[in-house]
Amino acid sequence: MTPGHFIDRLQTGLWRENPGLVQLLGLCPLLAVTTTFVNGLGLGVATLVVLTCSNVLVSATRRWILAEIRVPIYVLIIASLVTCTELIIKAWFPALDRSLGIFIPLIVTNCAIVARAELFASRNGIAPSFFDGLGMGAGFALLLMAIGFFRELVGKGSLFADFHMLFGGKTLAGLVVVDGGWLLAVLPPGAFFSLALAVALKNYLDGKRDAAGRT
Amino acid sequence: MEFEHREAPHMAPTADVATMMQQVLLALVPAAVAHVWFFGPGLIFNLLIATAACVGGEALMMRLRGRPPVRALSDYSALVTAALLAFALPSLTPWWVTATGALFGIIVAKHLYGGLGFNIFNPAMAGYVVVLVAFPMHLNLWVAPRMGDIDYQFLSVLQTLTYTLTGSLPDALTYDEISRATPLDAMKSGLNDMRTTVEIRSLPIMGDFGGVGWEWIGNFIAIGGFWLMIRRVIRWHIPVGVGVGLLIPAGIMWLASPGTEPSPGFHMFSGAALMCAFFIATDPVSAAASPKGRLIYGAGIGFLIYAIRTWGADVDGVAFAVLMMNMAVPAIDRITRPRIVGHRRDAGAP
Repeated sequence: MTPGHFIDRLQTGLWRENPGLVQLLGLCPLLAVTTTFVNGLGLGVATLVVLTCSNVLVSATRRWILAEIRVPIYVLIIASLVTCTELIIKAWFPALDRSLGIFIPLIVTNCAIVARAELFASRNGIAPSFFDGLGMGAGFALLLMAIGFFRELVGKGSLFADFHMLFGGKTLAGLVVVDGGWLLAVLPPGAFFSLALAVALKNYLDGKRDAAGRT
Repeated sequence: MEFEHREAPHMAPTADVATMMQQVLLALVPAAVAHVWFFGPGLIFNLLIATAACVGGEALMMRLRGRPPVRALSDYSALVTAALLAFALPSLTPWWVTATGALFGIIVAKHLYGGLGFNIFNPAMAGYVVVLVAFPMHLNLWVAPRMGDIDYQFLSVLQTLTYTLTGSLPDALTYDEISRATPLDAMKSGLNDMRTTVEIRSLPIMGDFGGVGWEWIGNFIAIGGFWLMIRRVIRWHIPVGVGVGLLIPAGIMWLASPGTEPSPGFHMFSGAALMCAFFIATDPVSAAASPKGRLIYGAGIGFLIYAIRTWGADVDGVAFAVLMMNMAVPAIDRITRPRIVGHRRDAGAP
């Protein structure tokens, strides 16, 4: 594999086949936890780590996985990785664990991860699978962060609040742009609206680029 | 000599969108007058703000979509949306709440779905639900109706305008002086406190069926609605459906336990039930298509209103009921597809 391939894999995950924006996978955590930027960052990084590791493991063991029982095996691999991640977060970032709650163990059911194992890692070598997991995970994490940023700003009027959940130390209020915000954005409907706006923005940018490419 | 040559049909159709919408607006006038009499001039300010926002949003979206704004603005549908939203909001509503609801209804619920004729959801109700969720505090402030002998503070035009523009009361007034629980709210919280319907009905805010003021506005809404039916702007199916869907469960529960269940008359004349039956649910775009489908659609709304009022967290459930049945419309249209002449009912159905 040439470096061009790696960049191509990263681009695919980050933009062209972004799991959240294009494949619309893993919407449950995407919609549920993105009330703040920090939540999005925390869950995004956890998903990124699990996705990259599961891609590598599935790719490394793909010769021995029987086709008939491949999905249970993927789930076993992913569940073990998620358990490790959950214990790490519990040990070092207890505040983040309390904030994300059930959504960390629920990374197991994130269909984006099983989809990459099934569609990519089980058919490709370790290195491409690693970069695929990195690209897809980063694409998902960036989308989580972008939606968290947007919803926090509109819904609470703050930016980057509660960063102490990641780094410890004293409570950090973040940047307060305005006091209070438009409550709807942090409620579940706001999550759907934000995702819809993000998908629309991506399609708009793609359409514009295609139009520029044709002329 | 040359005669003017025209093709059939030779009589101009009278039922275009603009005429329909004008008649709907006209039918709301008596109710609006009653509303202003009982709750003060707030409705007029709400109407003005909602109209400005709806017309502005409509023009903006038509421009963005590359169509002539005049075409959409001349069909009066944005004005009907504005009027329904203004009626749904409390008479004291800050301008940004009204404007948010109106802009959301027009921009998201109407134009992002394709404009008039394509919107799945009733724009006024979608806008109302958004502000209900986003500004719960402002939407729960209802002023006391004009009650005759009861001592209450009635806001002047200037005070109402000040509140509408700033969102805060003049220093001399407190919220407790001007606001009262709505009849539905009083009924719900009274029943939660283990009081009987007879006790609750003896409160000064209660009238013959619903609350003081509310039931008179309801009467005028019904008069406007019947006029629309006579003019054949709306058909009888949806209002009857809403009435049946609301009154049958309410009647059964009331007969079974009159002490703990409000009467069907209270349900009909409280909140937005009549408004919904005649003006909101009858929106031809977001309702079911066939007569039978419209009966089912109306009955579903009526039952959901009863269910939300009785078992839900919200005090009135009209907006949620309408939006939920809007979602059910494709399914209703599918099962009530009229038989094509010459086809058997069971043949050809997928």
